[in-house]
Amino acid sequence: MPIIETKNLTYTYPTGTKPAFEDVTLEIDKGEFIVLTGPSGCGKTTLCRCFNGLIPHFYSGKLEGEIYVSNLKVIEHPIHELARHVGMVFQNPENQLFALSVEKDVAFGLENLGISREEMRERVDWALKMTGIYELKDRAPYELSGGQQQRVAIASVLAMQPEIIVLDEPTSFLDPVGAKNIFEVVNELNKDLGITIILVEHRLDLTSKYASRVMIMDKGRIILDGLPKEVLNSEEARLIGVGIPKVTRLYQILRNKGVPLNQIPLSAEEATKDLLEVLRI
Amino acid sequence: MSMFNGFKFRSVNSTIHKMDPRAKFIYVCVMFAVAVMFSQLIPLLVLFIIQTPLVFVARVQKEWLRSMKGAARFAAIIFLMNVLSLYFYGNYESLSAIIERSLALTLRFMVLIESFSVFFLTTSPDLLGLALEQSHVPYELCFAFTTAVRFVPVLAEEAQTIMDAQKARGLELEGGSFVKKIRNYIPILIPLIVNAIRRSLELAETMESRAWGATQNRTNLYVLRMGRKDLLLMLFSFIVLAVSAYVSWNVQIPNITYLLNI
Amino acid sequence: MIKIQDVFFTYPNGVEALRGVNLEIQDGEFLAIMGQNGAGKTTLVKHINGLLKPTRGTVMVDGVDTTKVSVATLAKKVGFVFQNPDHQLFSETVEDEISFALRNFGFSESAIKERVNWALNLLDLAEYRKVSPFMLSGGERKRVALASVLAWDPKIVILDEPTIGQDSQQKERLRQFILQLNHLGKTVIIVTHDVEFVAECKSQVVLMSQGKIIAHGSAKKVLTNLEVVTQASVVLPQISQLFANLKNISFPTEVIDVNEAADILLGKLGDSQ
Repeated sequence: MPIIETKNLTYTYPTGTKPAFEDVTLEIDKGEFIVLTGPSGCGKTTLCRCFNGLIPHFYSGKLEGEIYVSNLKVIEHPIHELARHVGMVFQNPENQLFALSVEKDVAFGLENLGISREEMRERVDWALKMTGIYELKDRAPYELSGGQQQRVAIASVLAMQPEIIVLDEPTSFLDPVGAKNIFEVVNELNKDLGITIILVEHRLDLTSKYASRVMIMDKGRIILDGLPKEVLNSEEARLIGVGIPKVTRLYQILRNKGVPLNQIPLSAEEATKDLLEVLRI
Repeated sequence: MSMFNGFKFRSVNSTIHKMDPRAKFIYVCVMFAVAVMFSQLIPLLVLFIIQTPLVFVARVQKEWLRSMKGAARFAAIIFLMNVLSLYFYGNYESLSAIIERSLALTLRFMVLIESFSVFFLTTSPDLLGLALEQSHVPYELCFAFTTAVRFVPVLAEEAQTIMDAQKARGLELEGGSFVKKIRNYIPILIPLIVNAIRRSLELAETMESRAWGATQNRTNLYVLRMGRKDLLLMLFSFIVLAVSAYVSWNVQIPNITYLLNI
Repeated sequence: MIKIQDVFFTYPNGVEALRGVNLEIQDGEFLAIMGQNGAGKTTLVKHINGLLKPTRGTVMVDGVDTTKVSVATLAKKVGFVFQNPDHQLFSETVEDEISFALRNFGFSESAIKERVNWALNLLDLAEYRKVSPFMLSGGERKRVALASVLAWDPKIVILDEPTIGQDSQQKERLRQFILQLNHLGKTVIIVTHDVEFVAECKSQVVLMSQGKIIAHGSAKKVLTNLEVVTQASVVLPQISQLFANLKNISFPTEVIDVNEAADILLGKLGDSQ
C-alpha cells in the first residue's frame, strides 16, 4: 500500500482561471526520498499542499480526483488529523516560529494535540537532539540564524512523529552551507528513521544525491518521474530548463563528444570517481 | 522610543524574574489601589521609596531609569497643571500647600509607572501568556498576545528596511509640511501592512499544519506553580492593602508644610 | 568610481559589522560581493548609497563623500534593488510604481512618460502597465521592482540577493539582463551567496568574512581558492570541486565553467589514449 496515492488529481484556486495542476496520478511508497522540482509556477508548491490537507481545507477552490495519505482520504479528514501523519516545513523560517523559546516552539504541535507533559518533554528533547539543536532549546527565535530557525521548524514537525515530512523550498533564504546542513538533517531522518520525504527544491546539485526518485513538473503536470540519474540526464529535463547539476551537464557534453563515463554523476564526488576510472583506462 | 525600553522585558537571573506573574500582578494592583487611596505627600513618598529596592534586586536599574525619565516629562506636565488649577480654583491657603498637593498627585502617577515598569521588565511575555492561560483566559487570546510580542521586533526591523528601500528611491522623510509628511508615509505603511497580512497567512498555514484545533484540552510544556516567595508577596500585598485602608480612613496624615510651619 | 577607505561600521545595538574594509570599484565594473549570511555584504553596499554612514573611514562615490549628501541625492546615481520586492511595492498600478522614483527626483511629466515606457519594455512588463503590482506573481513583482529602480537610469546598480527563490531559467534571464546593463556602461554590483550563479556570470568577486574582505579578484581565481572559500563559509562551484579533487593528477585548478572543463578533460583523455 503506497503511503501517498493520487488519481487524476486536479486543483484550481478560487481565483484561478485555469488549474494550478491537473491530472496528477502518482504513488509514493514508505521510506522514499522524493525531490520534486520544476520551473516557477509549475504547480509543485500547490501539489504539496494537498499532502497535508491545506488543500482543500484551508484554501478552498476546486479539487477533483482522489488523494489518499497514510490510508486516509484527504478530503474527508481535517488538517489537524492529517497533521499527525504528514508534517510540513515551509520556505520562510521566520514565519514558522511563534513562541519565545525554541523548546516551546517544538512543543507547539504536541500541545495542540493534548499530549501529556511527560511525553511532551520526552518527544521535544528527542526531536531537538535528532536535529542537532538541543543546546539551543532555551534561546529565542530572533537570536538564531536562518539555518538554525529552519532546524527548529523541522524539529517542531518531527516531534509530532509523522510518517511523512514535506518540505517546500526550505533553503530558499539560506546560504549554501546552511542549505547543506538542512539537507543532511533531512537525509538522516529518511535513512535513519525511515520517514518518507518529499522535498520541493531548485537546488538539484545539493539534493539529487540523496533522492530515491526525482519528479519534474511543468505547467501543472508531472512530466518526468523516475530515478534521479535517469531523469536529470534526460533531454526533457534539459528542455524544461531545470537546473541539472553541472557535473551531469559535463557528463552529457563528454558523451556527445564520444567519451561516455561509466555512470551518470550527480555530485562532484561521483564525477571524480567516474573520471578517475576512465583516466586509468 | 527609549521610554518604551523601560517596559520591555529584560532577561536576568533574579528572584523577581522567577516569580509567578500572577503574584506580581496582584502586587501591582495593590500598589495601584493604595496609591489611589492617598493624596497626601508623605504616604505616597513612602510608597515610591519602598518599591525601589525591588528594582535593584531585579537588576533592571538602567532600564527602569529610562521609564522614569520618560515619565518625568509627563510628570512635569501633571505637576504644572495641578499647580495652576489649584491656584485658580482650589481653596488652599498657601503656595507651599499647593505645591505639596501637586507633588503628591504627580508622585501618584510616578508610583504607578514604577510598579508597571518593574512588572514588565521582570516578566517574560512567555510566562505572562502562560499566566493568562492558567487564569482561564481563552487560549486564542493568550496566543495572539505572545505571538504579537514575538513579532514586534520583526515588524520594527521590516519597517526600517521598507524605509531604506523607499529612501533609496528618492523618498524624503524629513521636512516638508505636516500634510506632506503624512503622505510620505504611505509608501511605508502600505508595504508594511501588505507584508503583515502575507506573514499572517504563512503563520496560519504553519499553525494548521501543526494540528491547531485538534482538541479543546490543550496541554502545556510549562506549568506555573506558586512558590513560597509568591505566596509571601501576595500576603505582604494584602497586609499593605489592609493597613493602608485602615490608615487612610482613620488617621489624619499631616502635611509637610504644616509640620514645617510654612 | 566608488572608493571605500578603511571603513568600520558598528550597528546601534553594538554589532561590529565592518572591520576595516578597503575597496575600489571602477566605472563599468561587474562585481559580486559574496560571503556567508552575516559577513557584512549588505551592510557594505548600503554604504554606497548612503543608507549607512561609516563609523570610521570614508566612502566616496564619484568624488563625493557620502556623509556630506542625502540618500536621495546619492540615489540619483546609485540604484538599489532590495532583496524582497514587497518591501518596495505600494502603488495602484505598475505604471505608478515605476513613476514613483521619477517624481521624487523631479523629472518632468513628459520625461516620466518616456522613461516609464522604456522601463516597461526593458523588463518585458508592457502588458502589465495598468495592473496592480499586488496581483502579479513573485517573479513578475521582482521585475517591477527592478524596473522601478532602473527607470531613472542610475549609473550604478546594486542588486541585493537577486537570485533567491528563482528557478534556473529565471536566473539565466537575470544573468543576461545584468550583462546587458553592464554593456550599457553601468557599474553592476550584486550581493549574493549563489556560487553557481557567479561562476556563470564570471564577474569580479569580493569575498567577505566577519566584516573584512578576504579575497578580491576574478571569479576564476577567487571561487577556486579552497582556503578563502572555506574561510568565508561559501562552497566551491561543483565544477571547481571536481577539479580540486583531481588536482593531484596534474589538472589545472582554476576552472569554473562546464565547457572549459569539458575541453580540458577531452584533452587529457585524448593524451592518455
